[in-house]
Amino acid sequence: MNSLDLLTFARGTALNAALAVCAFGILLRLFEIFGLGRKADLSPARPTTPGSGWRTMYARSIPPPGMVRRDPVTYIAGYVFHIGLFITILLFAPHIELIREVTSLGWPSLPSALVDALAVASIIALLVLLAHRFSNPVKRLLTTGGDYLAWVLTLLPLLTGYLAYHHLLFEYTFMLALHILSVELLLMLLPFTKLFHVVSVFISRWYNGDISGRKGVAS
Amino acid sequence: MKTAHPFTSEPGTVGEGLAQRGVSRRNFLKYCSTLASLLALPAGMAPVLAAAIATARRQSVIWLSFQECTGCTESITRSHSPTLENLIFDLISLDYHHTLQAASAEAAEQAREQAMHDNVGKYLLIVDGSIPLGNPGYSTIAGISNHAMLLDSARGAAVIVAVGTCATYGGIPKADPNPTGAVSVSDIVKDKPIINIPGCPPIPVVMTGVLAHFLTFGKIPELDGLGRPKVFYGETIHDRCYRRPFYDQGKFAQSFDDEAARRGWCLFKLGCKGPVTYNACATTKWNDGTSFPIQSGHGCIGCSEPNFWDAGGFYQALSMPITPVQGTLAAAAAAGAAAGVAVTWHNRSKKSAARAAHQKMTVDDLKREEQ
Repeated sequence: MNSLDLLTFARGTALNAALAVCAFGILLRLFEIFGLGRKADLSPARPTTPGSGWRTMYARSIPPPGMVRRDPVTYIAGYVFHIGLFITILLFAPHIELIREVTSLGWPSLPSALVDALAVASIIALLVLLAHRFSNPVKRLLTTGGDYLAWVLTLLPLLTGYLAYHHLLFEYTFMLALHILSVELLLMLLPFTKLFHVVSVFISRWYNGDISGRKGVAS
Repeated sequence: MKTAHPFTSEPGTVGEGLAQRGVSRRNFLKYCSTLASLLALPAGMAPVLAAAIATARRQSVIWLSFQECTGCTESITRSHSPTLENLIFDLISLDYHHTLQAASAEAAEQAREQAMHDNVGKYLLIVDGSIPLGNPGYSTIAGISNHAMLLDSARGAAVIVAVGTCATYGGIPKADPNPTGAVSVSDIVKDKPIINIPGCPPIPVVMTGVLAHFLTFGKIPELDGLGRPKVFYGETIHDRCYRRPFYDQGKFAQSFDDEAARRGWCLFKLGCKGPVTYNACATTKWNDGTSFPIQSGHGCIGCSEPNFWDAGGFYQALSMPITPVQGTLAAAAAAGAAAGVAVTWHNRSKKSAARAAHQKMTVDDLKREEQ
């Protein structure tokens, strides 16, 4: 199998398989979570605070007062990583073409050089966050194998994409195939690792905000 | 007064042939300088190249055409005659070529056998077209199967040059479902040096350039992992494309006739395969350096890459899926939802069963236990 064959496999069979596993997993987990059900809360709600869930979705997306100063690495690197990744995925022209083909939705792209710079920023942020995870005793204690797996799964598409764009390490066709395959690995494991927060983050924030509001701890 | 001719006029040499055709030394040196630059050699090598080509014996060449469309021959012969490339090619001793030779039938086959006999171990074997392994009868010449003729002709060859994507990688005959069981030259011949010059068809100057390299240095040029001369196939079309700055700026044509296309913006979104195609089209260009597909407004189809025919639609952007994924997505989502419902049902029935099995205790029960 030569590089173009590998790329053809990545764009065809492998992509179909990865999307199938991803869609299956996401729907399975969503149904499972929503189907859990809750016991009827027989106590009356505390002073009603409508919209607590919605406010929490926003409030937890920005750092609480004083926390950036207290833990700058986690917050700053966390934001740089997430914003960089978001833009790299959604505003790079070839990525938009893929989204347009699958969903019929499209939007303008950013210049490749800018996306490239943001991808580099994301990679650096990921490395900083890993180093911090090793050096901070509390974080180290809390870290499980799943966290390292999620880190690797996220780094690989960024790194292979960067190497492909700059024609580094391997020739472009092979590197592009590796890039697409690494994204497919990410897609397949996304529903079954903590990366599921891509789907569940705002659902859980709403739920936490709403249940807390009901108990009198409105945000 | 008899003037000394600029070329070494030993009989049978390329120089003699060129002199007979009235090619001036100036023109010949210009050609050699172009060749030197094409082959990425230092400028000082041009006279060396000239001397070597002029004094080279006319190289015996046997050209075999198997499952092909004659496009490769068309390419090499349609180089705006009379160009020097063409003359150089004329001045090799093309001892056997179906399309170009005057002889036919047994006389033609005799020419091949004679050339093989006279130049054993020295002749250059050029092959275009793929070789069918499904059934020997799919493609025969004078009753000889392509497979048998290739093995027979390869035995005494110094070097084999596979010309065109069919000979180098199987090409269109090998495209799925490959009804003839087509394979490339390198799938069959394992014990001879093979130079692959892919393309559908290959660029004429690439063919003559490789030939000139062989005549000059007596050895094959540096090849990449797919057997292609690095000097011509070292970079992608995309890397050398004059539209590349538009790709970097995120400026793309959305259709073949929109304003962006007229301004010459990048054709990536229209399916250009330039980023994964290694060839020299963007630098040497076609039709005597006039243009190349991207310059005339169409994306690269990647014709010099192995299995390009099965690598997705020509008008699908490289980042697009090769096969539609919507059906797969819908089916997988439905299956996921069904599995989710099943798991939920299982969880809830477990909960109900636990609730049903739950035994309530009264204060009296506790008192009885104390007694």
